[in-house]
Amino acid sequence: MADVGGSVRISAVGSAVGSGVGIDLEMGIGARSGAVMTAPAPERTGSTGTVVAPDVPWVTIVWNDPVNLMSYVTLVFQKLLGHPRPKAEALMLDVHHKGRATVSSGPREKMEADVAKLQAAGLWATMARDS
Amino acid sequence: MRPFHRRFGRYSASLEPAEASLIADLVDQVRQLLAGRRAEAPSDPLAQLTGMTLGPDSKPTDPAVARLLPDFHAEDAQLSSGLRVLHEPELIAAKDAAAVKLLDSLPRGGGPVRLDDDAAQAWIAALNDVRLALGVRLEITEDDTPPPGVDDTEGPQAAMYATYRWLSAVQDSLVSAMLDG
Repeated sequence: MADVGGSVRISAVGSAVGSGVGIDLEMGIGARSGAVMTAPAPERTGSTGTVVAPDVPWVTIVWNDPVNLMSYVTLVFQKLLGHPRPKAEALMLDVHHKGRATVSSGPREKMEADVAKLQAAGLWATMARDS
Repeated sequence: MRPFHRRFGRYSASLEPAEASLIADLVDQVRQLLAGRRAEAPSDPLAQLTGMTLGPDSKPTDPAVARLLPDFHAEDAQLSSGLRVLHEPELIAAKDAAAVKLLDSLPRGGGPVRLDDDAAQAWIAALNDVRLALGVRLEITEDDTPPPGVDDTEGPQAAMYATYRWLSAVQDSLVSAMLDG
């Protein structure tokens, strides 16, 4: 995850923004296949994170990525998953430092819904059968 | 730009004209990427009859669109494919709705921005989608590390990276105001 943490001054970037340089997402400067979204290697699930209830068959996993802001991921965990701030921050730090965290667990349909919500917010979320 | 802060239950900021048109342009480009993907969905007469919209069963070929619409399962391709068919249309609709809400509350000629909770939520999600797409185009793969090609300060990658970092700061200022609120 990325941490803005005082390293970027909003006012200081005005010159770059106002310079009239066109940014074209469609054209895709140097668009190469799958540079960022490579499939993660198979790993056991349920070994990280702190919210796995026993005997629950499915989990939702959030993976670290270099674009999502630490502050944003914390807010998403609070707003979309209903975690209190300390839990949301702990999970965000797990994602940041361990590469991923299990952020919710429950029946498959519930995990599908959680993954969809988190992906809609732009997080890299997947589901897995707890093992 | 004056960064976001919370005041009287609203989130306020101020944008220069060039900043407002840059945000509008980039959010619109994400909408176009998503619209292109939506057009790839199969047209199933039965689905149309039942009012159910189904998505494609394979992941997007454009890596930026693939980052916006990831697989549901990290290893099980078959399960991911099935869940993509079911869920991708609603994901695209949610992202598009956030983009439209941002555009509706963006002062096109610059000036003050005032957002309620709902609009603020849409702004952080829509700005995030722009940053995700830019991150793929820039080939940002490491946390807090400049991607390749940005050393040439006159080059297009440097301009795109400056925009990316500026958007990061805009998003972070709104997120911080929302976390403190």
